Amino acid sequence: MSEMHQESTGSGDSIDLSQFYQIFFEEAGENLDLMEQMLLNLKLEEADDEELNGIFRCAHSVKGGAATFGFADVAELTHQMESLLDKLRRHELQPNSQMVDVLLESADASRGLLARHQAGGTGESPPTADLVHRISVLASGGSLAPSQAPAVVQVAQSISSQKELPMPSSSMSMAIEKPSVQGLRSLEIRIGPLDKPEQADAVLELFRDIAGLGKIVASASDQEDVRVFAVETTSSNDDLLDLFEFHVSRALVSIQVAKDSGTSAPAGYGFFDVPDTHVEPVSYADDPPPGAPLAPLPGFGIFDGSPGAPVARDAEGSAQASALSGTKVTPATAGAKAVVPAAQAEAATIRVAISKVDQLINLVGELVITQAMLAQNSRALDPAVYQQMLVGLADLDRNTRDLQESVMSIRMIPMSIVFSRFPRMLRDLAGKLGKKVEFVTQGEATELDKGLVEKITDPLTHLVRNSCDHGIEMPADRLAAGKPEIGTITLSAAHQGGSIVIEVRDDGRGMSREKILSKARERGLDVSDQMTDSEVWQLIFAPGFSTADVVTDVSGRGVGMDVVKRNITALNGTVEIDSAEGFGMKVSVRLPLTLAIMDGMSVGIGNEVYLLPLSSVIESFQVDESAVNTVGQGAQLVKVREEYMPVIEMEKLFQVPRFNSDKCNGIMVVIEADGSRVALLVDELLGQQQVVVKNLESNYRKVPNVSGATILGDGKVALILDTAALVRRSRH
Amino acid sequence: MGMMEKAVQLDTPAVREYLTFRLGGEEYGIDILKVQEIRGYEAPTRIAHAPAFIKGVTNLRGTIVPIVDLRLKLGCAQAEYSVSTVVVILNLHSRIVGVVVDSVSDVMALPPDSLRPAPDVDGSIDRNAVMGLGALGERMLILLDIDKLMSGLDMALSSEISVSPA
Repeated sequence: MSEMHQESTGSGDSIDLSQFYQIFFEEAGENLDLMEQMLLNLKLEEADDEELNGIFRCAHSVKGGAATFGFADVAELTHQMESLLDKLRRHELQPNSQMVDVLLESADASRGLLARHQAGGTGESPPTADLVHRISVLASGGSLAPSQAPAVVQVAQSISSQKELPMPSSSMSMAIEKPSVQGLRSLEIRIGPLDKPEQADAVLELFRDIAGLGKIVASASDQEDVRVFAVETTSSNDDLLDLFEFHVSRALVSIQVAKDSGTSAPAGYGFFDVPDTHVEPVSYADDPPPGAPLAPLPGFGIFDGSPGAPVARDAEGSAQASALSGTKVTPATAGAKAVVPAAQAEAATIRVAISKVDQLINLVGELVITQAMLAQNSRALDPAVYQQMLVGLADLDRNTRDLQESVMSIRMIPMSIVFSRFPRMLRDLAGKLGKKVEFVTQGEATELDKGLVEKITDPLTHLVRNSCDHGIEMPADRLAAGKPEIGTITLSAAHQGGSIVIEVRDDGRGMSREKILSKARERGLDVSDQMTDSEVWQLIFAPGFSTADVVTDVSGRGVGMDVVKRNITALNGTVEIDSAEGFGMKVSVRLPLTLAIMDGMSVGIGNEVYLLPLSSVIESFQVDESAVNTVGQGAQLVKVREEYMPVIEMEKLFQVPRFNSDKCNGIMVVIEADGSRVALLVDELLGQQQVVVKNLESNYRKVPNVSGATILGDGKVALILDTAALVRRSRH
Repeated sequence: MGMMEKAVQLDTPAVREYLTFRLGGEEYGIDILKVQEIRGYEAPTRIAHAPAFIKGVTNLRGTIVPIVDLRLKLGCAQAEYSVSTVVVILNLHSRIVGVVVDSVSDVMALPPDSLRPAPDVDGSIDRNAVMGLGALGERMLILLDIDKLMSGLDMALSSEISVSPA
């Protein structure tokens, strides 16, 4: 424990959850976004189970998180949503548009509530009672009366006031542009005056050719040389101008927000744009736009009058109007509007796809190889002549290493993510068992690869549970044994060299050597009294082995330790146990820091190089002819210290072609996996090295007896042997 | 408007471009859009128990990519590795595969009227993988549907099909 990075202790009751708030807010936001997206894409008549389950899961995740962190209002609302969604996915109810509307509205309200919590609980909380009521009506199979339709913000379109603003320039537009504009906008675009107005028709082609740009319809123009178009788009004015510039001069284009508010967004869109409070920048032109009415576009106004109809849209229009004329906005929406901007506070973290990070790691790996090659080739250079270049190369060396380290650290997350789930679990468990347990964690800041963190959680949970159930005695027994009434379970993590060591310690009753040995004999395992302690402790990893006197619902069924061991071995890790009867027990799990990097031993077979995970290599030795025997159909056994081990001839297994027979089959490497050992017959040991593990299956396929591949210093690919598969193979 | 639409249609012709390469005495063409890059041949790392036409895997800037020798796959009389032997790196459905060919000739645009239907022939090639023939004066191009050819069961290029371990 001397290398402990950071120590912190905390009892089960006083764990500070606030450090996880940010993660929760981010995840909840993502879940709500995802849910909204799925709701919008939901086909009501033929909603498939996958979609409904997906939406349910989103609501469920938000609810779970909110309940954990004590945001009762969010939990209550999402709970109602969940109940409704649960009925939908069980096909007890048929989804209809009312439900979708209410659910979408609830998602927005949840966002508002979350934003309020994120801002520290200040500000007026958006009322949700009405929503909760409506959801429960729908969930009970009822239908909403139109009067219960969401409060619609009716704001007079007062954009006309802009026209009175004094404008400096002549016939061109002033684009006061915000970099990105969310949501669909209805615009009126005037192009002209042109000598040949047909030129302007090219922009119609633009809209047709560029998918996603939006819709355009030519409108009547009041001037011969000016063309007018009604446009629905999500692009910003700048983007549009850039595009138009291919055809007409920028100075001749004027973009304005359409005056005609008969344009409403497609299906429910505008309503949920509520958080969008920014005032839409509009370009002003001194000549007033022609009053020609816009041709109605397909899809407009479909939902008018139906419950949950989209608000008379134009979030920008309404926001602007309220800003200009001080129009009162109905409280329900006003609450959400006031609160949401806080949620857009800058996030201190970004979430990036793992594949992007992996690609970065790949590229850096390549860089390291190139750098190594340069270093190799420059060694012969005369330092006196090439001094500058050599200094440069030395810098490159250092920078490359730093870069590699930083890139690798992106995937690293602190162990506290795993540790934080235990206090609650132990509290419940100890309560159930009537035990008193204090939980201590050490080294929570120790970082581990994200992939490993996910895989280590279950085995660790099992170990901690075991300690509490089997290790820690009842309070009375502890007092009788002269120990403090409260037992202690310590979970610690620390870096040691290139690996991380996670320990689960308890000061409970420990394990009894005699008890394990007698249990082992009962089960017919091959044991002797001469076994060392550590060998005895390893027995508990045998499948189905349990020393518990009583099988509780917590543990003792003997499923567990073997699974723990197998899971950890699969991560190239090891498990060790130390125990003293009456004083406690310690389980140490040693794992590589990352799955992406492995300590390997390279072996040569013929002209080929293969890698063995160093963690499974036990020993290696020169072959002594007399120690090798054959059995049956020529299967070979080698005798190592009174033990016969199956031999796998790698040359035959991997069909290695032989070109020269001088360095032939000299070395046996003993490997262990799943508790069995085999000896691999190879030509030579080439050395140990850290290698970056690559997936063979992403472009190719699973290869028997191979777990992956890596790239050696010379750029060649070497296969990594699957020790577990090799051991299994020798059993058959 | 009407005139413009016509003009646009003419601008987007059905002419497709093909990368042509030689296998033995035959000339083949594949859709240029499937080709990621062309590299010189380097001996890849052999994979035990793989079919002979799978030469192994190689390192393509950090990605492990299988290398298929099309000459062996299509039963060419000779498959020698010289300085002119090249590997065409294909990007097929987000999987990357390298194929070894004798030499790459050029990129050709074939107008639709020079395409001929694929004849029924017996050979080492899956008939479904031949899209047709391209007639270019005296030359005949065999146009391959490289997606179909590479995803064929006999290619053993992905784990969906299991090849019994020896």
